[in-house]
Amino acid sequence: MAVDTPIPKTKNAAGATATPTPRTVVRPSSVTLKIIMAVSGILLILFLYVHMIGNLKIFLGGTDFDHYAHWLRDLGTPLLPHMWYLWIQRGVLTLAVLAHIYTAAVLTVRAKKARPVKYAHRPKVQGSYAARTMRWGGVIVLLFIIFHILDLTTGTVNPIGDHEHPYANVVADFAPGRWYVTLFYTLAIVAVGFHLWHGIFSAARTLGQQTEKGQRRAKTIAAVLSAVLVVGYLSVPFSVLVGLVD
Amino acid sequence: MDIQVRVWRQSGPSDRGRMVTYDVKDISPDASFLEMIDVLNEKLILDGDDPIAFDHDCREGICGACSMVINGVAHGPEKATTTCQLHMRHFKDGDVIDVEPWRAKAFPVIKDLVVDRTAFDQIIQAGGYISAPTGTAPDAHATPVPKKDADAAFEAATCIGCGACVAACPNGSSMLFTAAKITHLGLMPQGQPERDSRVIDMLQAQDDAGFGGCTNMGECAEVCPKGIPLSLIGRLNSDYRKAVAKS
Repeated sequence: MAVDTPIPKTKNAAGATATPTPRTVVRPSSVTLKIIMAVSGILLILFLYVHMIGNLKIFLGGTDFDHYAHWLRDLGTPLLPHMWYLWIQRGVLTLAVLAHIYTAAVLTVRAKKARPVKYAHRPKVQGSYAARTMRWGGVIVLLFIIFHILDLTTGTVNPIGDHEHPYANVVADFAPGRWYVTLFYTLAIVAVGFHLWHGIFSAARTLGQQTEKGQRRAKTIAAVLSAVLVVGYLSVPFSVLVGLVD
Repeated sequence: MDIQVRVWRQSGPSDRGRMVTYDVKDISPDASFLEMIDVLNEKLILDGDDPIAFDHDCREGICGACSMVINGVAHGPEKATTTCQLHMRHFKDGDVIDVEPWRAKAFPVIKDLVVDRTAFDQIIQAGGYISAPTGTAPDAHATPVPKKDADAAFEAATCIGCGACVAACPNGSSMLFTAAKITHLGLMPQGQPERDSRVIDMLQAQDDAGFGGCTNMGECAEVCPKGIPLSLIGRLNSDYRKAVAKS
């Protein structure tokens, strides 16, 4: 017994814990970072779905679509003043995006530091294309979000940019003459699709999914949710392009 | 069979290191990969050259000492096989085979293909223990363990701590190793008292050693010679989240 007792004591005694404690404040654990990334990612996916449903209202015609856009500004009234709900949502989404990017950046730096000498011979990793392109795919999506806000929220780079008539903005945006906008939009949406294909499974695993059966299910759900998003979002510009929506 | 190997040669921790090409003639297809290196080393010694340093011990796939990245894959092309159990018949006559050490900041190269895996010992020391009363051994059936849990714990306990998961991980993460230890002890009734502190301390030790974070790519489970399933990482994540919430 005399030998046994000191061993756990030295482990938990002040001397051992004194050094790690300040470090935990400065350096959150890799799993903590992943949990923040997963939760912020899920928030953003929820937004993407609501946003997609809103977009699909374009098929109901200009009046319905514009009415929906105006309703968004009055959402929560009279409890909340005009535009308040929208600004609260924008604040939450911005925080989620920043948290997602920050944690990704910290983990990327740690990963790069973890392998200072590269392999001379390294075949393509066995993980999916989606898993391999999470980082650069994320950068493409970020660039697109910036462009998209300037295009259809502020209207700065939109050919019409009329806040009162979003339907007209969308139709003008994806006109055949502006094929490069449609191309960028398509690339970005496909990048989002790939990002979520791995991201949704990865978030489930990070939040504790731990059975083989659940893994297959999570991967299937991730594939379906990503595919539905890609089809839903791309249906709008391509309908404008072929003249289905005008 | 005649082959060519390109081996990582590094005279010491501070040497930059480089790939060096050697011809290996007349190797039996039934030779193991390590025996092939043995034959090459005998020739190097006869020629007055420095033999290739590499880790090996049991040579029957259970000790976790051998550690070679062969053509970019930890432990080579065969699934669930350690380098010592990999045989030359899986290669073709005339093949050029690249052999490198595990590459990770937490596994510094000591010489050639030998890396220092003390970081794994540090993770184990941080939480890979249970509290057990000393004195007479308890009866084997004193603490009932459900068969399902015993099997799952045993599957995790087959981890030999070779480090292939780290070598394969694009992030240089040791999550599969740590998850195997968390699962192996955390599924047993004897492992419950330290279950929360174990996951927090072992993850801290892993992060402190300079391993990267997990991005759930699954490279580790692909190369694991013991077939430790990727899903155990979810168990670590779940245990960690609950332990932090309680602390």
